[in-house]
Amino acid sequence: MSLADKDRIFTNVYGYQDWSLKAAQKRGDWDKTKALMAKGQDAIIEEIKASGLRGRGGAGFPTGLKWSFMPKEPRADRPSFLVINADESEPGSCKDREIIRHDPHKLIEGALIAGYAMRARAAYIYIRGEYIREAERLEAAVAEAYAAGLVGKNAAKSGYDFDVFVHRGAGAYICGEETAMIESLEGKKGQPRLKPPFPAGAGLYGCPTTVNNVESIAVVPTILRRGAAWFAGIGRKGNEGTKLFQISGHVERPCVVEDAMGISFRELIEKHCGGVRGGWDNLLAVIPGGSSVPLVPAKDIIDAPMDFDGLKAVGSGLGTAAVIVMDKSTDIVRAISRISYFYKHESCGQCTPCREGTGWMWRVMERLRTGDAEVHEIDTLWEVTKQVEGHTICALGDAAAWPIQGLLRHFRPELERRIAERGAAMREAAE
Amino acid sequence: MANRHFEPDSPELRARWGQFSFTKENIARADAYIARYPAGRQQSAVMALLDLAQRQVGAETQTQGWLPLPVIEYVAAYLGMPVIRVAEVASFYMMYNLVPVGRYHVQVCGTTPCMLRGSDDVMTACTNKGMVKGKTTPDGLFTLTEVECMGNCASAPMVQINDDNYEDLDFDRMTAILDALAAGDAPKTGTQEPGRHSVEPLGGPTTLHKMVDGNHDYRGEWK
Repeated sequence: MSLADKDRIFTNVYGYQDWSLKAAQKRGDWDKTKALMAKGQDAIIEEIKASGLRGRGGAGFPTGLKWSFMPKEPRADRPSFLVINADESEPGSCKDREIIRHDPHKLIEGALIAGYAMRARAAYIYIRGEYIREAERLEAAVAEAYAAGLVGKNAAKSGYDFDVFVHRGAGAYICGEETAMIESLEGKKGQPRLKPPFPAGAGLYGCPTTVNNVESIAVVPTILRRGAAWFAGIGRKGNEGTKLFQISGHVERPCVVEDAMGISFRELIEKHCGGVRGGWDNLLAVIPGGSSVPLVPAKDIIDAPMDFDGLKAVGSGLGTAAVIVMDKSTDIVRAISRISYFYKHESCGQCTPCREGTGWMWRVMERLRTGDAEVHEIDTLWEVTKQVEGHTICALGDAAAWPIQGLLRHFRPELERRIAERGAAMREAAE
Repeated sequence: MANRHFEPDSPELRARWGQFSFTKENIARADAYIARYPAGRQQSAVMALLDLAQRQVGAETQTQGWLPLPVIEYVAAYLGMPVIRVAEVASFYMMYNLVPVGRYHVQVCGTTPCMLRGSDDVMTACTNKGMVKGKTTPDGLFTLTEVECMGNCASAPMVQINDDNYEDLDFDRMTAILDALAAGDAPKTGTQEPGRHSVEPLGGPTTLHKMVDGNHDYRGEWK
């Protein structure tokens, strides 16, 4: 199966053409949006359900189903909100940036349609603070949409009033977690909330809220234009549609590219990245879905289908489809230890297992990197990852634990080798 | 959690920043931000206002800007918030500088995707110019920080300097950028790879070829 260009949604992903409204309209954005909305709110939700679209932010929750949790008749004093997660911060992930700076009108049109379907009164697009130029672009695109009457009062002449606001973050990975994002939108530290209540019941300002990833929202208009069957006809069952893959690390030509879900790792790399640096025999391991999913050794990943179930089957996950490729020159312990440092840095400090555990795990990882450890500490580290995993309010604890677990599962001999080597060097020095 | 602290309160700090207030332009901007949120929810604008304040301090000091305590107090008063609520936001989010920084804030990404593509060399290019992590150079020109993933992984390694990104770096390219900034020039932003447009595979895209030279409308090919 090979995805044809006509079936790609983000046709301006590389920004060769103008991002602005007129150019976007020539590519098909904002075309008869009113008619799409006239299908009716429940029909839109059903169509998205039928398309098989699963959230593109990492967790893969069915998007249409998520929308259906929102109240059918919002109360006047408790309006519903759509929050769009553009806090792209997962190491390896760099797709929403391309949507925002090169195809922003797909996102804004999607915001209107999705917001209408879930009966929201406004969308807040929460964009990470470091995307400074990207936020400027997005603000400009939103202003264009307002000026053209596409959002705001009687949006796109649909008779529906809908606002779109941009909210800039200021440098905190945790705000990509949906309840932390809501806290941050309310002007507080981004510390996750306990669930329940879920955001659909009590989210932003205590009102019903749905948080969706940029890519999940930006594909909606095209799915409605082409029909659920078109989208569902791409990829494998339960893993339908197209996906923006972001390939970084040791490939000949790193890139962001849209292809069919379920494309094999080998085909993805051969077709778009010019292969693994130094050839397939030089491949060591791959982190297939952003830093929080466990690494997969070369032999298991090469022919794996790149989708939710395909990567689950090899003990990892699709995450955001941020594919970090590592060849045999990689210091694999350092690569994972650097991820441990990331989580230590980004822990919000609210839950003790995460606040203390991320720092502890990183310090042990650094000693394992140099071999300055005892073999039994490998087992202790495994135990500690299990103490952190599942014992925190949000998934950051899990995300800190899993990469280490992946390393211990697949590269224990390398850790033991370093410990033995350093031990021998120390004895020699003592003699 | 990152180890962050505020610049200590002192009579000198008060003397320099005690009279801080937004410029006319920034008042208009601040009020436009506040208008994005429902009535009574002006606290939601605190992040935007802290950014505005930091930028104004930056303009006044010819640096990237930072947040002295009196400025934090001004923002709190502007929004009718307790000072501690604003201070904890300022200390929680990494983009607010709590101490003075240099003219250029050189933020080298060191997270794994950049590390795999050579961020060590980018960092070395900085230290080679006399920069020290977490410190400002004596001439006040550069502050060096190692930051976490900036979301430019397909054009790694990268650095963000004030508002702009420089991608596809190596030692020589980073050195050239620092030299240009020191000379008062404005180096090209974005990818530094000759022949690369954005995040397509180097050498040209493997998909969507028709988009390179024209604004192609694929709808005619839908069925």
